[in-house]
Amino acid sequence: MAISLDELKHVAELARLNLSNQELNAMQSDLNRVLESFRQLHELRLSGVELTSHSVDSTSVWGEDEPADGLSRSDALEAAPSAEAGLFLVPTIFE
Amino acid sequence: MQAASYVLSVGMEVHAELLTKTKMFCRCPNEFGGEPNTRVCPVCLGLPGSLPVINRPAVEHVLRTALALNCRIAMRSVFHRKNYFYPDLPKAYQISQYGETNPLGHSGYMDFFTEDGGERRVRIRRVHLEEDTGKLMHLPGRKSGVDFNRAGVPLMEIVTDYPPDIHSPQEALDYSYQLRLLLIYLGACDGKMEEGSLRCEPNVSIAPEGHQELGTKTELKNLSSFRAVQSGIRHEAERMRHALERGDTLKQETRGWDEENEKSYVMRVKEFEDDYRYFPDPDLPPMVFSEEYIEGLRAALPELPTAKRKRFMEDLGLSDYDARLLLAGPAWARFFEEAVAQGGDPKQVCNWMNGDFSHLLNEAGRTAEASKVTPAHIADLTGLIASGKISGRIGKEVFEHVFQTGRMPSDVVKEEGKEQITDAGSIREVVSEVLSQNPEAVGKYREGKKGVHGFLVGQVMRKTEGMANPEMVNRLVTEELER
Ligand SMILES: [Zn+2]
Repeated sequence: MAISLDELKHVAELARLNLSNQELNAMQSDLNRVLESFRQLHELRLSGVELTSHSVDSTSVWGEDEPADGLSRSDALEAAPSAEAGLFLVPTIFE
Repeated sequence: MQAASYVLSVGMEVHAELLTKTKMFCRCPNEFGGEPNTRVCPVCLGLPGSLPVINRPAVEHVLRTALALNCRIAMRSVFHRKNYFYPDLPKAYQISQYGETNPLGHSGYMDFFTEDGGERRVRIRRVHLEEDTGKLMHLPGRKSGVDFNRAGVPLMEIVTDYPPDIHSPQEALDYSYQLRLLLIYLGACDGKMEEGSLRCEPNVSIAPEGHQELGTKTELKNLSSFRAVQSGIRHEAERMRHALERGDTLKQETRGWDEENEKSYVMRVKEFEDDYRYFPDPDLPPMVFSEEYIEGLRAALPELPTAKRKRFMEDLGLSDYDARLLLAGPAWARFFEEAVAQGGDPKQVCNWMNGDFSHLLNEAGRTAEASKVTPAHIADLTGLIASGKISGRIGKEVFEHVFQTGRMPSDVVKEEGKEQITDAGSIREVVSEVLSQNPEAVGKYREGKKGVHGFLVGQVMRKTEGMANPEMVNRLVTEELER
């Protein structure tokens, strides 16, 4: 179950990573080592084990629907690379 | 030559912002409008180290909606991360719910009345809970900025089943209308399409008649009214038909609707589902519900619009049209039911509400709750007319007075001397007086010109300032003339 170069390029595109050929090659062998580890895990007999998606054994943790103070706008925008007119500036999008 | 005929299929995705005080996973206020980025915190901005906490009333809204839509409830349900990059999505993933049986509700249906009075059933595939995104704004100088006030607002998604049950723009409209009404009656959503708190996104495809497989579908966005839902689908089906007849291949894409120019435009070519790389959100523990809790929610559901409409028609004898008007909002329907409970005749109450009352409210730009008229006023008024105390015409005058002042119709009638004259003796007196003052008209009548009868009745009504019972005047004028 090795990852092909095409699959890798697709995943890189989804992650918006621009990888050179050299980086792609390195990434491919890294990922294939990860996949190999999972293949080994697959060999374990787990038929009696319940599926787990959460590491903490708690359920139904609720918050109450009461407003609380968040960040002031200036604090919120302070961390942004650039801001204008109270908005976070982002790469230009035209729909 | 006859053009090939195509079958239209429409799946509906409806997004509804939920009526909670705070956002889905943080306690920033959930409101519309306001200055940008004034309702934000580390959670809804996706800052590192912040942890989301589930808003319980939001979950309850979705469960109640799912129950109202006859869904099966996931007794254990988890949130997933839907991964994609877009500037309005601060975490680079949207918290949503994936899977067939994991969404809070699945495998349901909605029965409803169509515009022409028919009954329809549309199957519901799933009802799930997610969070809204921020809002992209365009700034001068080809720049884009984001307002995150809306980011993290609880959003319910309701998706119809596949293959679609809807096959015309009108059916899509009827479905959307009924679903909106249902959400408003449940108090889950305010249903304001123009503000985007309710967003109908149809996916549209056409296939040659007789084909088993559906055609390539496009998803329509930016439909901000029922009219837009209808015309957007109609135009999209036409666009597809022309393309196919030219021999073009259709692409699976998302198209925006430009209401002003009645045209759709490509927004983006859709990513395939696998590309979202959904996985359970490790920050959010699973939600687990007890049978008892769910049954409690079911038992507490209010009477739903379809059932109410049926009852208004079958038990109260209203027409389909009248029932539909009364159901237009929960407050309006409640007003009607209270007036009937206080003794008003259902048909009469309905006529006053959908007639003069609606008219005066529209003129004043007011809602029923904000007006001075209460259900007791309407019940009182219909009682006065039913008992013959006042005529329908005087009723209109009295009602206008009531609308302005908030006084009880009975009091207005008493104090303003609006009571109808039903005493035959005093009406006959006025009739004789009128006849003796109009010998010419009486002569014409006796020569066979029966038309002057109406003129004489009018004279009597005028003399009594409209207070005389019209039927009695009619009868007595005839009697006196034939004497
Ligand atoms: Zn927040």
